[in-house]
Amino acid sequence: MAMTVHVDVVSAEEQIFSGLAEIVSLPGEAGELGILPGHTPLLTRIKPGMVRIKLPNQDEEEVIFVAGGLLEVQPNLVTVLADTAIRGKDLDEAKAMEAKRLAEEALGNRTGNLDLAKAQAELAEAVAQVAAIERLRKIKH
Amino acid sequence: MASGKEIRTKIKSVQNTKKITKAMEMVAASKMRKAQERMRAARPYAEKIRRLAANLSQASISDYKHPFLISKPNVSRVGLILVTTDKGLCGGLNTNALRLAVTNMRDWQANGVSEIQVAAIGNKGFGFMQRNGAKVVSHVIGLGDTPHMDKLIGPVKVLIDAYFAGELDKVYLVYTDFINTMKQEAKLEQLLPLTGDRMGAPEDTWDYLYEPDPQVVIDELLLRYVEALVYQAVAENMASEQSARMVAMKAASDNAGTVIKDLQLVYNKTRQAAITKEISEIVSGAAAV
Repeated sequence: MAMTVHVDVVSAEEQIFSGLAEIVSLPGEAGELGILPGHTPLLTRIKPGMVRIKLPNQDEEEVIFVAGGLLEVQPNLVTVLADTAIRGKDLDEAKAMEAKRLAEEALGNRTGNLDLAKAQAELAEAVAQVAAIERLRKIKH
Repeated sequence: MASGKEIRTKIKSVQNTKKITKAMEMVAASKMRKAQERMRAARPYAEKIRRLAANLSQASISDYKHPFLISKPNVSRVGLILVTTDKGLCGGLNTNALRLAVTNMRDWQANGVSEIQVAAIGNKGFGFMQRNGAKVVSHVIGLGDTPHMDKLIGPVKVLIDAYFAGELDKVYLVYTDFINTMKQEAKLEQLLPLTGDRMGAPEDTWDYLYEPDPQVVIDELLLRYVEALVYQAVAENMASEQSARMVAMKAASDNAGTVIKDLQLVYNKTRQAAITKEISEIVSGAAAV
């Protein structure tokens, strides 16, 4: 039997692949990588592209598209931490700016003076309501 | 005493309410199962990235210490990521989370924190913070039933950037932890600087080859770790929301049932009284003749 290495491909939202492979090919930061069992420990970014996993004793390859992410290689374990969204400094920046703009828009001209006393009063009311409902239920039964 | 017709209308109306709450209960039950699955699906990633982050936080690489790992002695500006639901009708879920947040904000202010920046995930917390004049620097609402990393990156990055720039000394996360279907608990966690007790001890440190260079890789990894923690919190919160809603709606349906029973009793009594009255009128009328 050919030498194999355990491969995990996971994203923040789900586990995509977990199993043994003879070779894993993926687009690394510095170029296409082919990882065989016993590869030296490596930690790198990967670019958006295909992760191809050659399963043992099978002609077919498992092909997974990843939108970038990180790759960790240990001699007997390959872990691909896949991103679920296309990332990039500019893209992330744009998202942050958008989020900020939305928040500013929603807040309007508010000064940002936090009125904790008012907040607590509001919450106390809500808690009292819930407690009252609970008590009512207990009396009934 | 109300007339029979009035009571009948009221019974009808409560019955309709019961139908609605019953339907919501069943919808929440089915959504809860999916939300729990999603929460579990996110675990392998969280576990793997946690292990890596723990390993790397211990490895000393060319004197590079990531800002996420350095705790500052004086805490005067705090960031808060507040995870709540978009919709209500889920019992005391949001109230508990908000109460926890407000209590802590009070404590921080008492301990010399001069500024609190809030990133609100979910409509309820956003509305609450906005009403009470908190400084909401970013928010995301309308997440739907599936949490997507895509929507969280921006709002979380606003706080992370502020932390990087030294505008924040600590970042906390408030969400509702899913313990089981009957029990959910509001929870406050310190997100930044990263704490060892959440990450755990490093298991095995490898001498990694870094590409392109250690700093870039560590930056990316820790950023993703923080995002994964927030994502996990959102996934937990969604599972909590659905189960809390299911329980709340079940209680509402039960209550509606009790109200209907009580009303039915009143109705029967009124009807009987009316009949008795009529008979006695007829009898006394007949006696008079």
